[in-house]
Parts: sequence; structure tokens; C-alpha cells
Amino acid sequence: MRKDEIRPALLMILPACLFIGALAIFPILHAFRISLDRRMPVFGISYFVGLDNYRFLLQDPRFWQSFLNTAYFSLLSVSLELALGLLLAILLHGSFRGRGLFRAVVLIPWAIPTVVSARMWEWILNPDFGLLNYLLQQIGLLSSPLNWLGDRVLAMHALILADVWKTSPFVALILLTGLQMIPEELYEAARVDGAGRWQIFRRITFPLLLPFILIALLFRTLDAFRIFDLVYVLTGGGPANTTETLSLYAYKLLFQTLQFGYGSAVAVATFLTVLLISAAYISLLRRQHHG
Amino acid sequence: MDSRTRRVARRSIFWALLTGMATFCLLPFLWQLLTSLKPTSEISTLPPLLPTRPVFDHYLAVFQDRPFGRFILNSVIVASLTTVSCLSIGSLAAFAIAKLQFRGRNLLLFLALSISMFPPIAAVSPLYLIIRILGWRDTYAGLVVPYTTFALPLAIWILWSVFREIPDELYLAALVDGCTPFQVFVRIFLPLAAPGIGAAAILVFIFAWNEFLYALTFTSSEAMRTIPVAIALFPGLHEVPWGEMAAATIVVTTPLVLLVLFFQRRIVSGLTAGSVKG
Repeated sequence: MRKDEIRPALLMILPACLFIGALAIFPILHAFRISLDRRMPVFGISYFVGLDNYRFLLQDPRFWQSFLNTAYFSLLSVSLELALGLLLAILLHGSFRGRGLFRAVVLIPWAIPTVVSARMWEWILNPDFGLLNYLLQQIGLLSSPLNWLGDRVLAMHALILADVWKTSPFVALILLTGLQMIPEELYEAARVDGAGRWQIFRRITFPLLLPFILIALLFRTLDAFRIFDLVYVLTGGGPANTTETLSLYAYKLLFQTLQFGYGSAVAVATFLTVLLISAAYISLLRRQHHG
Repeated sequence: MDSRTRRVARRSIFWALLTGMATFCLLPFLWQLLTSLKPTSEISTLPPLLPTRPVFDHYLAVFQDRPFGRFILNSVIVASLTTVSCLSIGSLAAFAIAKLQFRGRNLLLFLALSISMFPPIAAVSPLYLIIRILGWRDTYAGLVVPYTTFALPLAIWILWSVFREIPDELYLAALVDGCTPFQVFVRIFLPLAAPGIGAAAILVFIFAWNEFLYALTFTSSEAMRTIPVAIALFPGLHEVPWGEMAAATIVVTTPLVLLVLFFQRRIVSGLTAGSVKG
């Protein structure tokens, strides 16, 4: 039946396939190919070295530092975003006057370009006349201003703060949809049975929200692991590479020191890590779905 | 009595938390706005928090001393072209996947999803070579074409979930009446899916407006900069002109803030359809 649809279907999906094939799949395969070369076009160097770049990568302390930086950044920012996003979603779920306006206000950080939000935070974190130091000193938490972006430990946490500000709304939105899909009757039944608020949350809200939590976590972890623009503008990877992430390190290799071969190897390693993370999440989601 | 005090307490906590959250979300934006209105002499001192006498010098400087009008125009052109091309290509594919019978439809959806997962940095250097070979450096095409590719998964997922909701009977009845699948798509499904297409359009537009890595890499002349690149490369080598920077960030975020305020509902439905269904 309806066999004649193959031709129109092919014609309809063809443009999309062309774009994705030529500008997404081909480049990624090509990047993998280049990662097997020692390639620095400015010096006219280009020859095949097999897996040498990857062998070098495994012993490159800067690669491992950027890997750990990225992992630390992702773990902390995604956990905070989940906590804050859940709180926001619960607050925005009920019905109250001005709900639409509050939802719109909460969405603003998400819509602002990351680069612009990085500039806004750079100004707030400014050591000499930044708002954060001023407020902390006013309420007596700080006696002297801190150099947020110039300190080896503080800089990473400043990045996390800016990321949490920017993307908690996204998590909140996904969880809000989840909350709205839980039928009201379930809550009523539980209340009739005399369940307390905490019990209702643990027995009804949380389990039914879990798939949405996993999806939000998947998207956020992937985004955090490929973070580039926020770091590029806010810290540039400094001080002393303590905030350099995988994407930033790959970018510097590719476009600043022009090591196309090794830079591609770092980019491919980033890709593979992201792939592993998504595979793990997807298998979790599957198990959730079936169990 | 006791339960009433509890209810009042609960409501106060609710509003306190909500106001706190809203302040947290708005504060950086508002602080930037206040800074942009302060004369340069007041920027480097705290207090006062509020400008004693608001000035618009920084806004003038952004448009007179720097080509911010041009940057905004570039971003508008790139984001609009991306939205149009991405939605025309994406809605065709989404319709075929949602309504036509052929093998490999799930594979296509999965492919789209995996494209949305890979890190932009992994494709940037081969893309750079392709764009150089095509002579597309410093052109709109050099940004619009890759943006279309990378926004396609988002568009396909949202539109697929929209088309899937439209009953099959409509499609089959139109076929019986002698329409080709393409005619059904244009005449029946596109109009019915208009709200969903609007949601996808806003999201693709915001994606293209905000993209940074490719814009930074594929453009080199100042006249071709998009807003994120202009903001990133704003400061001089040694000092940042904070007043102008604040004015520039306000100028480029205001349209987005308005977009969000007006289309909040649509953005929410689009985002959640694209990320949660399936």
C-alpha cells in the first residue's frame, strides 16, 4: 500500500540530507582524517602520522587539564542548574497573577547571546567597581574586594555562576512541561489518602518527572561539555589555563598556533567524549522507558 | 486560624522566592542598563548605584564611533535568511518523516538528533576549509549555509512533532481528491501548522542571532561582523570602555528581550516540543 510515496518522500528529505551530509557529516569525517596527520599549513608541514597525535594527546598535561576543567565545570553547573531549574519550575507551575510575565522574565537570560551575558557578568565581577564585590561588602560578607576572574580558584566558579544564570531557565522550562503533564487526579487521590506534601513529591511528582529531568540533564551536560563562547570572552581560559575547556583548547590549537592535525585530534576527542555521554544518558532514558 | 496563618506564611515564602528569582534573572541586564546611562566619571565609582543624571553619550558613541548599525544589520540578515532557508528545508523533511510511508524515517530522526549533539568545534576546521574553497569567507552565505545545517535538527524535531499531531485522515482525504503529497503539504499542512512553524522560526532565529564560534572563524573583516563577534572583540587592547560596552549590550539585547516578552507562550511550546517529545 502507498508504495508510490518513496519518490516524493526522497525529494522532500533530499535538501535536508544534502545540507547535513555536506556540512555536518563530511566535516566530522574530514576532521578525523586530518587528526591522523601532522599538519601545520603555515610551515608547509603535512604528512600522515597515524595515531601519533592521539598518543601525544594522552600524555599532554594541558589536554588533561582542559578535560578535567570541562568535567568540573559541567558537573557543578549542571547540578546547580537542575536544582535551580526545579525550584523555578515548581514556582512557575501554580496559578497566580502575572504568571505569564514572570515566565517571560525568567526566559530573558536564556535568550540573551552567551557572549553578551559574558560581558554583563564581566562587568558585575569587575574587581574595582563591580556590583558583586560592592554588594558583598555592603552586607558585610567581604572586607576587601575579590579579583573574581583573576584568581585561579574563583575564576572557574565565576564561569559556573554565569552559566547557571544563563541556562537554569531552559531546565525550568523542560521541567515545567513535565509538571504540567502530571494529571491533577493523581494529586487529589493522594491527598484524599492523607499523603503529606513531601510524600506526594517523592511518590508522584519525582518519578513522573524523572524522564524530563533526564532529558534536561542530557541537553545541559552536552552543552556544558562543548562550552566555548562563555569561556572565550569571560576568562579566555586563564588565569594559568585553569578555566581552559576542551573546545577552547582545540580552538587555540587550530586557529592560534595553527596545528591543524593535533587541534583536530583534540576536537575529535571532544566529540567522542560528548558521544559517550549521550550514549550513557540515552541508555538510562531507555531503561527508564521500559522499566 | 492556625491553618490560615500557615497559608499566609506559605504565600509569603512563595512570593519572596519568586521575586528573588526574577531579580536574579533580571539583575545583570538592569545593571548594564544603569551603567549605560551613567556619565563616564560615575562608572568607575560605587556608590552611587543609580546614575545621578542619565546621559545617552554612550549610545551615541556606539552608533557614531563604531559601526554597530552595520553589525545589527548583518545579524538581522544572517538570522532572517537562516530562518527562512532552515524552515523551508526542515518543514519539507519533517512532513515527509511524519506523514509519508517510507523506510528509514526513524533513522533520519535519529540522525538529526545526533547532529544536534556534536560539538561545533569538531567541525569548525573542515568547514573553514570548505568555506574558503567556495570563496564564502566574509559573505552572508558563509554563515547562513552552516547555520541552516546546524539549526535543521531543531526545526525538524519541532515540526515533526507538530505535523504528527495533524490527523492522517486529512492527508489521505486530500490524496483521494487528487492532490500530490507536495500539494497536500503546501495547501493543507503548512497552514494548519502555522503556530508550530512560528515557534520553530523564533527558536531558529535566536540560535542564528546568538551563534559565535562560526561567526568568529568564518568572518575576518569588520564590516561582516555579527553582534556576538562585535561584542566579543569590542574592547581595545588595554582598557575596556565600560560605558560604551554597556550601551552596546543593551542595544543588542533589547530586541531579544522584547521578542521573549511578546512570544513567551510560543517559545515555551516550541522549546518543549523540540526537546521533550519522541
